[in-house]
Amino acid sequence: MGTAAGEPPFHPAVLFIRRPGAPFANAMLQRFHVLDSLASGEPLAAFLAAAAAMPDPPRAAVIMGGGVIHADVAFLDAVPSICCLVSTAAGVNHIDLAECARRGVGVANSGTDYSVDVADHAVGMLVDVLRCVSAAERFVRRGLWPVQEDYALGSTLRGKRVGIIGLGNIGSLLAKRLEAFGCIIHYNSRRPKDSVPHKYFPDVHDLASESDVLVVACALNKETHHIVGKDVLEALGTDGIVINIGRGASIDEVELVRALKEGRIAGAGLDVFENEPAVPSDLLSMDNVVLTPHSAVFTLESRSDLCEHLICNLEAFFSGEPLLTPALP
Amino acid sequence: MESLGVLLLHPMNAYLEQELDRRCRLHRFWEAPPGAPRDEFLRAHAGSIRAVVGNASYGADAALIDALPALEIVASFSVGIDRVDLAKCRERGIRVTNTPDVLTDDVADLAVGLAIAVLRRIPQADRYVRAGQWKAKGDYALTTRLSGKRVAILGLGRIGLAVAKRAEAFGCSISYHSRSEKPFPNYKFYANVVDLAANCDALIVACSLNAETYHIVNRDVINALGPEGVLINIGRGAHVDEPELVSALVEKRLGGAGVDVYENEPFAPEQLFGLDNVVLVPHVGSDTEETCRAMADLVLANLVAHASNKQIVTPVI
Repeated sequence: MGTAAGEPPFHPAVLFIRRPGAPFANAMLQRFHVLDSLASGEPLAAFLAAAAAMPDPPRAAVIMGGGVIHADVAFLDAVPSICCLVSTAAGVNHIDLAECARRGVGVANSGTDYSVDVADHAVGMLVDVLRCVSAAERFVRRGLWPVQEDYALGSTLRGKRVGIIGLGNIGSLLAKRLEAFGCIIHYNSRRPKDSVPHKYFPDVHDLASESDVLVVACALNKETHHIVGKDVLEALGTDGIVINIGRGASIDEVELVRALKEGRIAGAGLDVFENEPAVPSDLLSMDNVVLTPHSAVFTLESRSDLCEHLICNLEAFFSGEPLLTPALP
Repeated sequence: MESLGVLLLHPMNAYLEQELDRRCRLHRFWEAPPGAPRDEFLRAHAGSIRAVVGNASYGADAALIDALPALEIVASFSVGIDRVDLAKCRERGIRVTNTPDVLTDDVADLAVGLAIAVLRRIPQADRYVRAGQWKAKGDYALTTRLSGKRVAILGLGRIGLAVAKRAEAFGCSISYHSRSEKPFPNYKFYANVVDLAANCDALIVACSLNAETYHIVNRDVINALGPEGVLINIGRGAHVDEPELVSALVEKRLGGAGVDVYENEPFAPEQLFGLDNVVLVPHVGSDTEETCRAMADLVLANLVAHASNKQIVTPVI
């Protein structure tokens, strides 16, 4: 952005709606006038009203995912100057895409920045559940190895049929990794992908009945809400494992916990939950589950990529150029 | 095989033990503890014991071999046979078998699984959730990506190659050290282990244990790996100078470690129990239902072949 000589650089105002501990602020501060939702200590409504009342109100907002806010009609009405929303997540289920489209508000997500880390984390969780890594770790750290001799046997990865719900960026990267471990890939998505050799299942129930592991790697929307429920879990069966690296609400959490308690499925690896950071207490004492705090995305590398990406989307908007990674309804 | 006297050195697999009991004349060595009971046992049975079945932790050493004048074959329920006195076996004309190939995938899977666990702190994040810290303290700290990292492998045998194949799927570059260079132009060979360690992000130990590889990962190698580097040991505890490993981790001269094997199993160094940059598992490299079954069947097949004068399936010597 060019400036006339002698004038301070133009720092357009940007709303930043965030959770505590979010790190993007520093990178943004260098180029934008950041209106930080947590800085004033005021409740969100007051913060938005104050922003809207500014002489030059913000035209862009950066919104973190994870339940901080729902960017819906009320939000857009509160700050009508906003014409661009940038999500710091790949997921945009916290943004009313249809309403934004109606108002001509552009929406950008994080694109594929997270994808590789989420795929890696999913592999790690799958190995952990099948090979009891975290559970065996607890066994060692509690000093039980000298006392009880051996830990129980796990289950091999080779030949396991992994059913991936959602074969987008994350699902595809995951499939490539798991094939190297000898897993057989099956998938479900809105439409079959011709370029892909894996077996397609138009119905998630059928996918589950022909899978040993079910991985939720899809975006959350009306169709995928509770896409894994009681029937799908039953189809997966008593030796089945569920891995969730999508959104908590894609699985009926109550049914999942019940199925685990009753031994109707064999185990689970969960990075996301319906009411984060709340995790069903029944899970906390189970040895056949691995629980991570929505951390599949959190690496130094993806954070740095994401920061850059966020800045690039904002700069594109303020220069009147197309967003790098638009999210469409 | 009914007349084959077999000495099983330690409980290792229920199915194997059942089959040996059913098909041979099985003696359980742990039922005769050292001292008078063992002397009595050997007096009574040594002359009829023609086979010994051991594993990674319990092997036929010189003393045992000397005590068994009728010994013809040592069948190990493991691929590593560092606990078997091979020189003594050669001297006596005793056959030795192991269980290669059937466990290659499981061990390689665990190696890469441990690398992800250490870099992405999965067991630690799991502990964080179970302790209620997600609600109390917010997000877990940033960890570091596996994909694209430089992976170095010590030993490019069956297991080393299987590790390389998996790491490649994560876009990792592969380097290795072994006794001689191998015909894999995509993998960079290092003649020197310190150089290997200095030029990688994760070093995975996958070679066999012998006189040359004892403490092959020593202080110099650990220092070369450095505060950003990670060590994964799925070989033998004695590949690594364990006190050096512990002090490097405690002093943060080494970034992290994923350990499946220890110098003094079943004792893992307690100084590591409080650290967040290590993942410690109790020698579970081949511990799956499927693989243990296949290993047991291979041990049995070797014994059957020997007992019927047929070609041994997986001889070491």
